[in-house]
Amino acid sequence: MREVAVIGVGCTQFGERWDTSFRELFVEAGTLAIEDAGVGGESIDALYVGNMSAGRFVEQEHIGALIADYAGLTHAGHVPATRVEAACASGGLAFRQAVLAVASGMEDIVVAAGVEKMTDAGDSTDVLSAAADREWEGFAGATFPGLYAMIATDYMHRYPLTRDQLASVAVKNHYHGSMNPIAQFQNEITIDTVLRSTLVADPLRLFDCSPVSDGSAAVVVAPLDRAREFTDAPVAVIGSAQASDTIALHDRRDISTLDASVAAGNRAFAQAGVTRKDIDLIEVHDCFTIAEICAIEDLGFVTKGEAGTFYEEGQAYIGGDLPVNTSGGLKACGHPVGATGIKQVWEIVTQLRGEAGRRQVDGAEIGMTQNVGGSGATVACHIFRRA
Amino acid sequence: MTVARFWRKIPQRYNLIGTKCENCNTIYFPPRSLCPDCRRDGTIVDHTCCGKGTVVTFSVIRTASDQFSNMTPYVLAIIELEEGCRLTSQVICDPTEVSVGMKVKSVFRVIAEDGPSGIIHYGTKFVPV
Repeated sequence: MREVAVIGVGCTQFGERWDTSFRELFVEAGTLAIEDAGVGGESIDALYVGNMSAGRFVEQEHIGALIADYAGLTHAGHVPATRVEAACASGGLAFRQAVLAVASGMEDIVVAAGVEKMTDAGDSTDVLSAAADREWEGFAGATFPGLYAMIATDYMHRYPLTRDQLASVAVKNHYHGSMNPIAQFQNEITIDTVLRSTLVADPLRLFDCSPVSDGSAAVVVAPLDRAREFTDAPVAVIGSAQASDTIALHDRRDISTLDASVAAGNRAFAQAGVTRKDIDLIEVHDCFTIAEICAIEDLGFVTKGEAGTFYEEGQAYIGGDLPVNTSGGLKACGHPVGATGIKQVWEIVTQLRGEAGRRQVDGAEIGMTQNVGGSGATVACHIFRRA
Repeated sequence: MTVARFWRKIPQRYNLIGTKCENCNTIYFPPRSLCPDCRRDGTIVDHTCCGKGTVVTFSVIRTASDQFSNMTPYVLAIIELEEGCRLTSQVICDPTEVSVGMKVKSVFRVIAEDGPSGIIHYGTKFVPV
C-alpha cells in the first residue's frame, strides 16, 4: 500500500445559503480545493462525494455524475464519480474511499468531497430520522435529538455529568466557532444561553443540538511521495479506519458507549503507530453535546464517565490538554450532514499547516477526525501528521 | 410508510411477535431473519414476547417530525422486555412520571396517521404498571 497525503483543501461558508443551489455549493468547495492543490481538472483521476440524502432534501439522486458534470470533469476526462452514503458519516467515508483508491495504486490524484443542501427540504427532522432504524425507531416516533437524548439520560443516570458541564461543550464550540470565518454561528454563548433555550428532547435543549445547514467541503489526496510536486505543506494520512454497529440504539451493548467509535479509534491508532498523548487536536462529531462527551471517552482520551470534569476544567479549549473541535464543531460551524466529515479533514489540515489564524493550535503536528453516522452505527476515524 | 410496508409486519407490531434463535436461545425483538451471533448455524422461529418490561432510558420529545407533531410532548423510551430484548417505543404517562427502571407493560395503540387521508398505523406502546 502507498502512503497518502492531502495536498489541497477547500470549504464553503456553512449556514443557510438560500441563494445557492446544491450543485453550486459543491462547485464552490471543489474549486477552492483544486486551486489550493494547484492541480487542474485534467489531473483528477477520480471523485468521491459524501452525501446523505439529496434524494429527500432536494429530490435529486445520481449525485456523482451531477457533480462531475457541473465541476467540468465529464467533457474531457469522463472522470469516475462515486457517491458514498452513511448518513452523517458520508463525508468521512468518502474521504476514506479516496485514501484507499490512492493507497491501492489504482488512482493518483483523487478529490474527496461532501455536500448537503438541507434548507430546501420541508421536514428535515423526518429526513434525518432515516439515519436511524426507520421501521423500529422512526416508526415509534424517535427523532434524532430523541435518540441522543436517550444516550444523555442513560449517561447522566450512570455517571456524574452535570447539566452545566454538558452545556459547556456548546459554549466551548461557539467560542471556537467565533474564530472560524466559515462557521454558521460566530457568536459566543454562555451556559445560561444553553440552559434557557427551548427543550427539544429532554434533557437536550436547542443549544445542545447542531443546526440545519447548507455547505460543502472538498479535499485533494495524492501519493505522499508525489505530494511536494503540488504543495510545500503536505499532510500525511497515517491512519484510516471505519467500523459498524447495530443500526438501532436499542440493540447496542451499552447505550452510552459507541462501540463503533471505540473500534474505529483503536484501528486508526494501531495503523498510525501513535498514542493518545501524541494527538495535538481532534475534530469529533458533536451533532449533540452528549455526542462530544461520548466521543472523547470512546476514543480513549478520557476514562468513561470522567469527561464532565475534563470539560469543566476547560481542557477541550484551544490551549487546553486536548483542543476539541477548533472549527466550532458541528454545533457552531454547522452540520450540512454529508459535508461534515470532509470539513473535519479541512480543519485538521488547515491547523497542521499552521494556517488557522486566531484559532491556531500552537505547534500542531498530529491531528485526528471522528465522524459518526446515525446514533453510532457507522464511525470513521482518520489520523494526520504534518509531512 | 406505504400500506404494504406497514401491512407485512402487522402481526409483529400488534402482538410483539419477535424471533428466537433455537441455537443460542436468544430472543429478538424487533424480529430478525438471521441470528447475528450464530448466523447460518442458527434456526429462527417466531416468539411472542410477554409485553412486560423495564424502562432502560427515555426522553420527552418536544419537537417531532410532522407525523408526530400533534402528539408532543410524548415519552420516547428504550424498553427491555423480560425476554432480554430491547425496543424503542412510547410510554403513555405524564412526562414527569417516567424514570429509568420503571416497570411497564405493552398496550395496543394508534402510533401515527400517514397524512390526512393515509392509513392509520397501529402498534405497541407501553403504560406504567
